[in-house]
Amino acid sequence: MIWVEEVESLPRPGLESIQLKRLQLQVQRVYETVAPYRSKMDAAGVKPADIRSLADLKYLPYNTKDDLRDNYPFGLFTVPMEEVIRVHASSGTTGQPTVVGYTEADIKLWASVMSRALAMAGVTRGDMVHNAYGYGLFTGGLGAHYGIEALGATVIPVSGGNSKRQITIMRDFGSSVLLSTPSYALNLAEAMADVGVSPEELKLRVGIHGAEPWSESMREEVERKLGIKAVDIYGLSEIIGPGVAMECLHTDRGMHILEDHFLPEIVDPDTLEPLPYGEVGELVFTTLTKEAFPLIRYRTKDISRLIAEPCACGRTLVRMEKVMGRTDDMLIIRGVNVFPSQLEHVLVGIEGVEPHYQLEVNREGNLDTMSVLVEVSEHIFSDEIRVLEGLTKRIQSDVKDILGVTCKVKLVEPRSITRSEGKAQRVIDNRKL
Amino acid sequence: MRVEQIAVFLENKSGRLAEITRILAENEINIRALSVADTADFGILRLIVDKVDAAKESLQAGGFTVGKTDVIAVEVPDRTGGLASVLDTANDAQLNVEYMYAFVNKSGENAVLIFRFDRMDQAISVLQEKGFVLLSGEEICAL
Ligand SMILES: [Zn+2]
Repeated sequence: MIWVEEVESLPRPGLESIQLKRLQLQVQRVYETVAPYRSKMDAAGVKPADIRSLADLKYLPYNTKDDLRDNYPFGLFTVPMEEVIRVHASSGTTGQPTVVGYTEADIKLWASVMSRALAMAGVTRGDMVHNAYGYGLFTGGLGAHYGIEALGATVIPVSGGNSKRQITIMRDFGSSVLLSTPSYALNLAEAMADVGVSPEELKLRVGIHGAEPWSESMREEVERKLGIKAVDIYGLSEIIGPGVAMECLHTDRGMHILEDHFLPEIVDPDTLEPLPYGEVGELVFTTLTKEAFPLIRYRTKDISRLIAEPCACGRTLVRMEKVMGRTDDMLIIRGVNVFPSQLEHVLVGIEGVEPHYQLEVNREGNLDTMSVLVEVSEHIFSDEIRVLEGLTKRIQSDVKDILGVTCKVKLVEPRSITRSEGKAQRVIDNRKL
Repeated sequence: MRVEQIAVFLENKSGRLAEITRILAENEINIRALSVADTADFGILRLIVDKVDAAKESLQAGGFTVGKTDVIAVEVPDRTGGLASVLDTANDAQLNVEYMYAFVNKSGENAVLIFRFDRMDQAISVLQEKGFVLLSGEEICAL
């Protein structure tokens, strides 16, 4: 079994009919077993029987992290605790952690989706998989672990920390696949240089990185420093953990969502209206098959877009673009939702422009104005005015095309953009609203 | 016969030009010629100096974006028609001037015209054929 071909390459109508059946059962079940879901649905005037098509999803109320906190720790579980065989919890950077639970079937489901995700990255039986995600309450380590075993590859449960020892293990055991956060992958690359092990001494072929935001330039750095292909994996503990979506080896654009289990939507984070494929907005998931802790229309706060175009690998599963940011970072400029990370995408797309930029928003009269400050590096500098003016026009028109907002572009000297603790301050909003 | 010129990116804010001349003076670099081209938002400072690499490094260390380009230095008698004769030649050869600036040497007899053409190699051969005096970097610094 390389991948579950029947499901992953189903014609869309076939997949959608599976999704609808599962959705109807799931909605029925949460309505019957979880009081907070029932009262929310009653308040919204929607009954399980109202879900007749996937489009009817829009009638169901959203859920957010607040709902999880309000029902801390186990209030949204649908089964008695005797049936829950594992719990995980998110660290909860602000306030209470969020707790998730799994039945035996959920653990099997998780192993199955995770093994399918690994297969998308070309991992097979015979691979030595170096799992450097943290083991513990965090879903990364154990979630990946069970998936690797289900796939039949060999798991090295090394967890995080002690980079030097990790490198010795990688070299001696012949690790061929690395699972870690992207920043830990860079950390390992540095440690390799410290202990004097070169990438050629390792058998590493592919790195699977997630659990934190990372940019295309970071991907390039990981690939170069470790001599591997680095792919993106997406997951969040509320939905199941790692294994919600995964980049295949045939595209650099987007991760296939395991849609037969996780139903995605993109919604406008401001109006909460569902958006069509291709539009940028907040990613919302409904778990279709999870038992202990299902979620209906869970707002992830992650900004992405769904790509419906067929993928070269043959999978018909929709792709989600690399997460571009968080809804908390969203700016509304002249009624248009703008995410600073979109601007970074535009700038990275213009050759030679390092993403040292700042977005400044002002209000002149009743009108919002957006200025983009770009530091002039030696790559883009020219001794001719014409060339630099051409660059500002190009940035301006690309921003207009992609963000839908007219901006003023100002070229500035290097290091003139405010940095705090080495990190550039990306947004300055001078509007007094 | 090309001359190395350094170009520095300038934001239009006060004190930047003074900062550059201070850095060059501290590193004992002499400016032979200088021109500023600017727009409403930014400017480009172009400099001919005696120590090109040292100038580039010290300005980079001072946090400036610095580029190095080749230009052509033409020496003409400092009288009416000096510039026109070069421009006529360039025009006849369908060369485009990207930018130019000038300075007068110490004796005051000759003017040195600094040109950046779109096709530099062709410009050099055309000007040499027509008998213009092209100066090297060392010759400019020796003036
Ligand atoms: Zn694919």
